Amino acid sequence: MAHDEISLTLKVWRQKGPNKSGNFETHSVKINTHMSFLEMLDVLNEQLIMQKKEPVAFEHDCREGICGSCSLVINGRPHGPMQGTTTCQLHMRHFQDGETIYIEPYRAKAFPVIKDLVVDRSAFDRIIQSGGYVSVNTGGVPDGNAIAIEMITAKRAFEAATCIGCGACVAACPNASAMLFTSAKVSQLSLLPQGRQEANQRVLNMVTQMDNEGFGLCSNVGACEAECPKGISLDNIAIMNREYIGASFISRRLANK
Amino acid sequence: MKKLDSKIPPGPIAEKWSKYRSTMPLVAPHNKLRMEVIVVGTGLAGASAAATLGELGYNVKCFTFHDSPRRAHSIAAQGGINAAKNYRNDGDSVFRLFYDTIKGGDYRAREANVHRLAEVSGNIIDQCVAQGVPFAREYGGLLDTRSFGGTQVQRTFYAAGQTGQQLLLGAYSALSRQISLGSVKMYNRHEMLDLVIIDGKARGIIARNLISGKLERHGAHAVVLATGGYGNVYYLSTNAMGSNVSAAWQVHRRGAYFANPCFCQIHPTCIPVSGDYQSKLTLMSESLRNDGRVWIPKNIEDVQAIRAGKLKPTDLGEDSRDYYLERIYPAFGNLVPRDVASRAAKYVTDEGRGVGSSGLAVYLDFSTNLMRYGRSVATSKNQDNASDSQIYQWGKEVIQNKYGNLFEMYEKITGEDPYKTPMRIYPAIHYTMGGLWVDYNLQTSIPGLFALGESNFSDHGANRLGASALMQGLADGYFVIPYTIGTYMADEIRTPKIDTSAKEFEQTEKEVEARINLLLNIKGNRSVESYHRELGVDIMWQYCGMARNEPGLLKARDLVRKLRDDFWKNVYVSGTADEYNPELEKALRVADFMELAELMIVDALTREESCGGHFREEYQEEGGETKRDDENFMYVAAWEFKGVGNEPELHKEELKYEEIKIAARNYK
Repeated sequence: MAHDEISLTLKVWRQKGPNKSGNFETHSVKINTHMSFLEMLDVLNEQLIMQKKEPVAFEHDCREGICGSCSLVINGRPHGPMQGTTTCQLHMRHFQDGETIYIEPYRAKAFPVIKDLVVDRSAFDRIIQSGGYVSVNTGGVPDGNAIAIEMITAKRAFEAATCIGCGACVAACPNASAMLFTSAKVSQLSLLPQGRQEANQRVLNMVTQMDNEGFGLCSNVGACEAECPKGISLDNIAIMNREYIGASFISRRLANK
Repeated sequence: MKKLDSKIPPGPIAEKWSKYRSTMPLVAPHNKLRMEVIVVGTGLAGASAAATLGELGYNVKCFTFHDSPRRAHSIAAQGGINAAKNYRNDGDSVFRLFYDTIKGGDYRAREANVHRLAEVSGNIIDQCVAQGVPFAREYGGLLDTRSFGGTQVQRTFYAAGQTGQQLLLGAYSALSRQISLGSVKMYNRHEMLDLVIIDGKARGIIARNLISGKLERHGAHAVVLATGGYGNVYYLSTNAMGSNVSAAWQVHRRGAYFANPCFCQIHPTCIPVSGDYQSKLTLMSESLRNDGRVWIPKNIEDVQAIRAGKLKPTDLGEDSRDYYLERIYPAFGNLVPRDVASRAAKYVTDEGRGVGSSGLAVYLDFSTNLMRYGRSVATSKNQDNASDSQIYQWGKEVIQNKYGNLFEMYEKITGEDPYKTPMRIYPAIHYTMGGLWVDYNLQTSIPGLFALGESNFSDHGANRLGASALMQGLADGYFVIPYTIGTYMADEIRTPKIDTSAKEFEQTEKEVEARINLLLNIKGNRSVESYHRELGVDIMWQYCGMARNEPGLLKARDLVRKLRDDFWKNVYVSGTADEYNPELEKALRVADFMELAELMIVDALTREESCGGHFREEYQEEGGETKRDDENFMYVAAWEFKGVGNEPELHKEELKYEEIKIAARNYK
């Protein structure tokens, strides 16, 4: 069906490595509007490979919006123009024939570029390692139904827990802050009784790690929430701030004893 | 012929595991601190194993090719996880879960392993709750459950349509804790390319650092693979793009037997293929069949009118619809097991009654239950005279709460609103029951090499029931390997730290390097992707997919061999070995799929019966049901590698059913 076909001009960021300088490269592709954005990049790469040129490196895996591998800043917006959508779920029917699309990597000090559109997001892992867990070993835990949790609380914890760790919040933020990511884990675990026991230490450690990684501060812009493909709420940041202030008092009091 | 020893402990089935666990050799804490274990893969099985082994005191090195352990494809599992908790008081028990799993697997799974799986299933739920996994709950605050295929009880625990994500993030958090404590050293962006064997024992791996391209040697007292399934051999599947067979295939080449490779699961409810540019297929969870009814138009005229766009599915009244699953299988209805539902969809579309532009789709329709829920809300609000649109709105909210993310996902991909019009679905490759042969300890035929989760073959027979993959992955990782690895490690306490300068490491590393250089130096004219597509779509799906027959399989074997020869002459892999090079990664994986494909075909040819997901057209009952041949094929086919292009050697592990009476598998 010819009317499903469109031509696009792509301005794609190319960068050899972390400490190399990069630039936009221009390519044209003819594609079908039923494709996903990443399938469009597959077409571009097939084209490049056939011309014996180096394909564009980009990260992707599940292609159904849950693994958090895909990233990209498309026309200035992380994961592109659609709300609540990861790049892999973005379909080309949302673009016009003849359009020019700018494709860039996430840009943040804490997410150095590895190659082309691929960035290093291991800072997120280190934030989780600093406290994003409940300290229980395998075995010796109570029955699953021994802890009753109010349905609405379970639902709020679940909603915070649906963060896919893609980093769009950082890319969207003018300060490259990781508050939304960090707070989603902090509030999931602080809402649940299982996570309360170490809630104070957790929030202090995770915030410290977040700062050490070189993420910026939060100035309540709210771009993170607007661009989050999973709709993680700003409320989580409020919860984390409250947890953090409370925990800071307690730790100061303990330090003075 | 080497005899396979499955090492099933003696005694009555319900006591095997507990007795064995109490009498198996142990490794003392001070010895664990000196011993190293490599875990490859960080999905449910790998992350839970690495975390638990770390907690026990072993020095764990954990590898993933992803940028983070949280990306493993377990994350995408939707519907739920089974556990024999009987919280519903609906007659569930360990025995019933065991029985359902054996029957669901069409009597081709090992009894003792499956019973153990059912026994530990309840512990998994407890463990996950303790970790803070936010399962769905009822108003009273207790855990909610729902139904899945092939069962008549509600034993599936869930977290909306994102259960895999929540369970994996739970395991990832436990793993992260061990990383921070120093008991697990995590190697992100590292891909295992080969196994190092010293004196007949697995002693380490060769891994490629995917950023620098450098090959690295890693030694350990034991190696645990949790590297997932091989569904991507079909190119189009519900697997992630990176899911691959390479780690499992490389150890197979080194001597580990590969069992039942032809047992692949085709999931009945996936979004249909829409064009030849397509890179993957998306699953719509089986949980949707709790409330979705599967149908196609009764009359061929309606089918044609729908395909021509002259008629909408919602225009057809009840009388004009064929709810074929409810018609053929009244006892289980829309919740028949996956293999049964997939085959039924194939039959009706083969008759020419399929919908969608290609005719390769059937409807999954929520309208009946949506309105039913709406009316129930109206009743509880005492609004007996509510309008249809109000009832629809209430019903929609109920459905949204249960499956909201799945409906959104469907709409994003197809551009259609499934609250208003039925989903179009079609079967697609989803899971592989076959995998590395393991004994009761989950040890492969190479001493010191273990395989967990989807990468082994043991628990699902010829067909896996829904919500059982998450159960098996976590059972293996949290509650089986931490014990059974001790049976091997107890004899290794005198083995010093593995020296990676040993000649075996050097030799294996050289072989890997040679393989990489060979691929890069072909400099042919075809892309890796195009080979993968041809292998998967044109050969494997065509001849070794939903239905198989001897002439087709013979032809496929020939085609695979030719394609493989051409690949090694004509593939073009860009870039170099010593850099970040996704094309090279893909080429290495596709090269392994090319070899696996032939083994799958050989296995499908050898198994002259139909069972579960393996449907040989020559062996079927009236009405198209599978016709098992228990007399000749009630065995696990464990294949030994004999070189590329050579006939592999078949080792049979006879399956003995002592607890369960073998019967025809009936869901009618």
